[in-house]
Amino acid sequence: MISLAGRDIVHAWGKFVFTGIGLGLLIGVTLVMAGVYRGMVDDGRALLDNSGAELWVVQRGTLGPYAESSSLYDDTYRAIRAMPGVAKAANVTYLTMQVRDSRSDVRAMVVGIAPGGPGATPGWPPYLVAGRHITRSHYEAVADVASGLRLGDRLAIRRNSYTVVGLTRRMVSSSGDPMVFIPLKDAQEAQFLKDNDALWQSRRRTGANPAFDRPGVPGLLDAVNAAQSTNAFVNAVLVTLEPGRDPDEVAAAIRRWRRLTVYTRPQMESILVGKLIATSAKQIGMFLVILAIVSAAIVAFIIYTLTMDKIREIAVLKLIGTRDRTIAGMILQQALALGVIGFVVGKITATFSAPMFPKYVLLVPFDSVVGFFAVLVICVVASIAAIRMALRVDPAEAIGG
Amino acid sequence: MGGKGIRIEGLKKRYGSGDTAVDALKGVDMQVAPGEVVGLIGPSGSGKSTLLKCLGAVIDPTAGRMTLGDEVIYDDGWKVRDLRALRRDKIGFVFQAPYLIPFLDVTDNVALLPMLAGVANAEARSSALELLTALDVQHRARAMPSRLSGGEQQRVAIARGLVNRPPVILADEPTAPLDSERAMTVIRILDDMARKYETAIIVVTHDEKIIPTFRRVYHIRDGVTHEEAGEGRPFDGTG
Repeated sequence: MISLAGRDIVHAWGKFVFTGIGLGLLIGVTLVMAGVYRGMVDDGRALLDNSGAELWVVQRGTLGPYAESSSLYDDTYRAIRAMPGVAKAANVTYLTMQVRDSRSDVRAMVVGIAPGGPGATPGWPPYLVAGRHITRSHYEAVADVASGLRLGDRLAIRRNSYTVVGLTRRMVSSSGDPMVFIPLKDAQEAQFLKDNDALWQSRRRTGANPAFDRPGVPGLLDAVNAAQSTNAFVNAVLVTLEPGRDPDEVAAAIRRWRRLTVYTRPQMESILVGKLIATSAKQIGMFLVILAIVSAAIVAFIIYTLTMDKIREIAVLKLIGTRDRTIAGMILQQALALGVIGFVVGKITATFSAPMFPKYVLLVPFDSVVGFFAVLVICVVASIAAIRMALRVDPAEAIGG
Repeated sequence: MGGKGIRIEGLKKRYGSGDTAVDALKGVDMQVAPGEVVGLIGPSGSGKSTLLKCLGAVIDPTAGRMTLGDEVIYDDGWKVRDLRALRRDKIGFVFQAPYLIPFLDVTDNVALLPMLAGVANAEARSSALELLTALDVQHRARAMPSRLSGGEQQRVAIARGLVNRPPVILADEPTAPLDSERAMTVIRILDDMARKYETAIIVVTHDEKIIPTFRRVYHIRDGVTHEEAGEGRPFDGTG
């Protein structure tokens, strides 16, 4: 038996191909949307992976340092380092801001890393793709290549300038912003450093306060002013464990004895995926549902129209004894063919367009497989109306009168 | 199949019921022998199309008896379980317009019927080509229907009606869209094919040009048929 659907597709290939391309672009957008969600999750995981930490110690009662702000005294890490099971503990600060270079500015997450080195100190970028790591205590930076910065570039963070000495890759925040690593002290200063006018105003207000400017206590005002212009806080302490130690046990000990909030890797991942990007995920989910409905409507409309164009032929086919299932099969196969054409076009579109998106788009094979079967299901559902209409065609319509 | 062509006795068809019931056929009697072409003529609304649909097993008659060859297919009810298979295997159709399937080439348009009946593709195409040759359109065997002239399309449609060697062919105004010369050609072809394949052919027509070519004609009026001897003129229209 010849394939009626195949012959019709070959005969009206232009209609099928162009409709398939249109549908494919829609499917491509759907795959990219799924890729955006996957990219957000992957960005979150990359953030956790690249921090090199097994525990995150944050301000008590907060979801910091990524989902909420968190402040800890910068000497907290010493007590944590002394806890049983802790191998290393290091301060870290995170500050999302616009980083300017001579050409433009870029949104970046500025990470303040404690003195040390990669592998030895949690928080450091684990590898570089160009240049070297930070070796000086001030004014050197390592930037993610996605920031557009190049080796030797000078960038401004608050009032200070930094020289890019190294470039790393895939070091991003949970929202996909590239990271810029600077020394911890610089980062602490950057978080709270005020401009000259603000400093002047602050000192004027402090000086006007008789409690701080007592004639009998010389140096008190200077001490208060100095305290107001320095920052002794960090956002979190990143902790690595001794081999074989149970993260939950160590975390429980820190919570109990240091009265701080501690997150293990699974907890931190659930905060990032379940809370930080949950709204975005719902948003994308809504878009996916809408796109699926629109795709189904398009396939249904096209298949219905193509079937309407063949009413007389279908009547003739029924009159000459063609079985209903052969006619239904023809329509169904055409819908599926349209879906396959659309999926191939969509997959190609998504694959080639994904790198052009400003945020990371991660196309995973699983999504493609699910997408392919979803397209087939949509096509089957979309062909129901056309099949119902075709099966209702009276073979008598082929006979005049 | 051969045998006795088609015989219809007391065929009735009523549309609707109660006060609004319409008797479209009030007891039609017809008999067409194998190899014979008869005309079925009548004014609009006389019941031609209803009769054709009943004969074609497209609608259910209300009463009567129909015999196809040696097989009673209707006797106050269908005696055949699968009407699709009946239409496919035992009744050929030729329509006013050829209604060829536009996405199949000429050969496959003809071969589709035996393929639907389960005949292997190669064998079905071979039968189709044999008929196309008999109808002198074998040179367009690979052409798509849209590339054919009206006359060629009608020949292909006739080949499709004949390909399963049905005992009866129902031709509904087969010459309506054709000029006189082509109309005569089509009727001659039907006559030749009827003789060659021992098929009974019923031609429903209004076409005054071809009516004189039938040897027997059934007039249908108000749902009742009356048989008349036709003139049986030659197909070149000179008789």
